[in-house]
Amino acid sequence: MSSRYIVRRVLLFLLVIWVGTSLIFFLPRLAPDRDPVAQRLGNLAATGGINTEGLDEMVEAYRAKFGLDQPLWKQYLNYMFDMLRFDFNYSIAMYPATVFEIVMRAVPWTVGLLLVSTLLAFAIGSLVGALLGWPRTPRVMHWVATPFLMMSSVPYYILGLVMMYVFAFKFKWLPLGGGSQYGTVPTLTWQYVWDVVHHAILPAASMVVAGVGFWALSMRGMMVTTLGEDYVMLAEARGLSPRRIFFRYAMRNAILPQTTGLALSAGTILSGSLLVEVIFRYPGMGSVLYRAITGFDYFMIYGVVFFVILAVGAATLLLDLIYPLLDPRIRYSRK
Amino acid sequence: MSAPVLQVRNLCVHYETDAGPVKAAENVTFDLARSERMGLVGESGSGKSTTVLALLRMVTPPGRIRGGQVLLDGADLMALSPEQMRRMRGSAISLIPQAAMNSLNPVMRVRDHFYDTILAHDRTMSRAQLAAHTGELVEAVGLRPNVLRMYPHELSGGMKQRVCIAMGICLRPKVIIADEPTSALDVVVQRQVMETLGRIQRQLEASIILVGHDMGLMAQFVDKIGIMYAGRLVELGPVTEVFGLPLHPYTRLLINTLPSLDAKAVFKGIPGQTPSLLNAPAGCAFHERCPDAVGDCWKAQHVLTEVLPGRWVACPCHAGAAA
Repeated sequence: MSSRYIVRRVLLFLLVIWVGTSLIFFLPRLAPDRDPVAQRLGNLAATGGINTEGLDEMVEAYRAKFGLDQPLWKQYLNYMFDMLRFDFNYSIAMYPATVFEIVMRAVPWTVGLLLVSTLLAFAIGSLVGALLGWPRTPRVMHWVATPFLMMSSVPYYILGLVMMYVFAFKFKWLPLGGGSQYGTVPTLTWQYVWDVVHHAILPAASMVVAGVGFWALSMRGMMVTTLGEDYVMLAEARGLSPRRIFFRYAMRNAILPQTTGLALSAGTILSGSLLVEVIFRYPGMGSVLYRAITGFDYFMIYGVVFFVILAVGAATLLLDLIYPLLDPRIRYSRK
Repeated sequence: MSAPVLQVRNLCVHYETDAGPVKAAENVTFDLARSERMGLVGESGSGKSTTVLALLRMVTPPGRIRGGQVLLDGADLMALSPEQMRRMRGSAISLIPQAAMNSLNPVMRVRDHFYDTILAHDRTMSRAQLAAHTGELVEAVGLRPNVLRMYPHELSGGMKQRVCIAMGICLRPKVIIADEPTSALDVVVQRQVMETLGRIQRQLEASIILVGHDMGLMAQFVDKIGIMYAGRLVELGPVTEVFGLPLHPYTRLLINTLPSLDAKAVFKGIPGQTPSLLNAPAGCAFHERCPDAVGDCWKAQHVLTEVLPGRWVACPCHAGAAA
């Protein structure tokens, strides 16, 4: 892999982060004639919360306090500088915790759940799809795969609710929600690890079951196309074993567009998982965002959205860097 | 001449369609002697590629081999188990493909293609032996050893075709099937590739079946030529004799279509169309286009018969004339 390629990808990643964070800064300011301080104080005055006397001075004083009297470019610079230091201010609803602290506590939960379930769904789905496109696969496979294909059209969160009802409420095999037993302190013991895994099974399963069908369907199509390639035919004429042809020739090439699909759907997967977290009261970013939205915790929303942008950008960057290792043609494609 | 290395007897391949079977190859019968070069020519859709795929037992559904025998050194390939047949492919009977451009796995280095082929048949070779053997092979087809480290997209079309040739001979097969190996190459590269193929074939003393429709190329390269029309062999014989005195009217017309340098004339063709292989007409498939057709031709199939020593033809009118 050329260093040029890596530099390009990293620069692109930084560009995405910069554009994304700028967008969150400018979007609220695009609303015409909006003055958050005057509006807020006006509301308070109208409901009798404060005296209308000296309201204008008060507005001015608050503007100066929040830096809103400064020109836009200076506000923007301040904002970007804060973002660079991950300083998102305090959470309004959970004062005195800072947004950064809360997000940092939630990130490992989300990353763990999301990474494991996405990779599982991708791996299982791609293998099932490859087998569905392979003429030697026993017909029984089609019967096994059909329910998964059907469930791919059900959204994560509906599937999550159904599974929660069946496995947690009816049969009581698995906990109803949460990330670990209530009140336990995170420690590196087998007991705690098992507790976490136990709690993650249902939310992860709902994402995996819903995802497998999606990946299987696209992989099947890719597999059929690849099997028509001349190099697969010649591989057979060279006397290679069907097993080798399946893995090294057909599936190995069919997985390439599949990986692109994974990169493209990183955002969708993330937003879907946020809803799953809310349903299972999982202590990750989804629950944090949900609480922030319902509690009008603006700083919190900014913080979470920033980290979502960061995460999607990082996932795309990672796949971009992995892709040349999967497909040698990419390495030299740019002159 | 010693015993033939490959004997094909009444090979039939049909493609099953909703409208009935399409008879892509009917009663194809020929012998291939040791280190003999045989050409198989015919128009597109005449069944030459289907025939050679059937020799490898690689006809895929809806195509099916409906009957016939293929004896390789006396062993019937049609009677082998799928696993036994797999071991034959590449080692006893190998294929040099038509579309070398896409015949290499784009994500594998050239070297690994060779290792894959060899290891599929012989697991005893050590890494060092593999490397040495592969090095000799690429040298034999006139490539530099550094291509082994390359990926297919880094090679030119001619280089890829040479790689395919080297791969086709890496287990010293008795029969090499070359399915239009040069149709995707320009004439300069075409000549180099054919020279390489010929030299390799002599060294290995392998037999070769060259499939194509380039009569000029055939005349230069092969010893024996088989002409196919509508799924059947219509003429088979030593190439010089067939060109000197074609016995089947189709062969004669085919040779006449070759443009000559002295006379600048309009390209000559054969009027009419190849008949549909679905519900093929009764009688000789060529009778509708045949200038010499007589009363009986639309009634009965003519069987390929030996009319002179080594000369086979499926046409009655010229059988008499030649004798």
